[in-house]
Amino acid sequence: MINKFVSSVAEAVADTPDGATVMIEGLIAQGASDLTVVNNNAGNAEHGLAALLKAGRVRKIICSFPRQADSYVFDGLYRSGQVELELVPQGNLAERIRAAGAGIGGFFTPTGYGTELAKHADGSPKETREIGGRMYVYETPIHADLALIKAERGDRWGNLTYRKAARNFGPIMAMAARKTVATVHEQVALGALDPETVVTPGIFVQAVVRVDRVATQAGGIKP
Amino acid sequence: MSYTRRSKDELAARVARDIPEGATVNLGIGQPTLVANHIPATREVLLHSENGILGMGPAPAKGLEDYDLINAGKQPVTLLSGGAFFHHADSFAMMRGGHLDICVLGAFQVSATGDLANWHTGEPEAIPAVGGAMDLAIGAKQTWVMMDLLTKQGQSKLVQTCSYPLTGIGCVKRVYTDLATLACTPQGLVAIDMVEGLSLEALSGLIGLPLRTA
Repeated sequence: MINKFVSSVAEAVADTPDGATVMIEGLIAQGASDLTVVNNNAGNAEHGLAALLKAGRVRKIICSFPRQADSYVFDGLYRSGQVELELVPQGNLAERIRAAGAGIGGFFTPTGYGTELAKHADGSPKETREIGGRMYVYETPIHADLALIKAERGDRWGNLTYRKAARNFGPIMAMAARKTVATVHEQVALGALDPETVVTPGIFVQAVVRVDRVATQAGGIKP
Repeated sequence: MSYTRRSKDELAARVARDIPEGATVNLGIGQPTLVANHIPATREVLLHSENGILGMGPAPAKGLEDYDLINAGKQPVTLLSGGAFFHHADSFAMMRGGHLDICVLGAFQVSATGDLANWHTGEPEAIPAVGGAMDLAIGAKQTWVMMDLLTKQGQSKLVQTCSYPLTGIGCVKRVYTDLATLACTPQGLVAIDMVEGLSLEALSGLIGLPLRTA
């Protein structure tokens, strides 16, 4: 019997090795270090990703928007050279993740052409090409060892649905990682999810963990 | 003659006036979000948010916030009937693929030919952050900028060549400012309108570049 239900996130991520690349939405509560983290931001206050940064377990962050009103943990580490940053335009970040999941060896994108972000970390220019009279930059896929994503409902085969705008990077990160751990608010029986509405098919998911919902009046989730 | 600057709301209303019925529009974080308040309820305009919303509605009433339904600036929003959710790769395909009609962004500088600089001051202490700015700038069918014409020090933010790091090359079609509305063209700036009492010559003097009229 296939059963991807796991009782806790800690159990689901227990085998994450040092040096892993992690696509992350939530807290990773185990001990691996030297991590490369792929996320849209670089953490807020001192919880979640910021806690991981503060504990010195992150070597590199790949993200589009590290600067936040309360991103002081990242800001300090970045300014003192203790964490490496690969800044990626948000759409390139999404497409590089999607490409990894889809087995694509990279792609040419118009985004970032002629800017500082069309350069490698060593300052050398990325490959460019003129296609149909327009200039494009070659971008490579971003694979991960582990993706931690948030979904709404999941069954024991790992099929997932999401809720409202919380879909976010979830479906593409699930595809790009060797192992995907999804938190859900409801673990449901096989057949309970309408197959027409499954957003992430279970093939992309290795563990489904139920976590409590902190409800607002409208039924949403408090941050 | 004396003239008065457009207030932030007057500027937002001026931008809103040019958004046609049926348009799909992304309003950047900050000042551009004000534009939504000035789109008449009778005009059907679909607002897009980077995090995966098309048909975004106004902020919910207090107490009805749903943190699974937030905009790219992480503020609670609502969804109009007919609205849709999608993941990030699809959201940016809408921009890069040329499906979005208009995006409205803020800027540090815009060049006469439409180069945009709005993501980084380039100062060594500054934490760089780009978000979706580069995708929006080159992806939308029309990229409009909304900004004050002059810096606090009185320097024009419309320039011959941007000195800040670029977001995109030749991507800005129109610039809406507190003093005038201008078009960026391969041949330079074209004045579309000015606040009452400001002459074309005086505007050209403030910017320090030649202007044509439409």
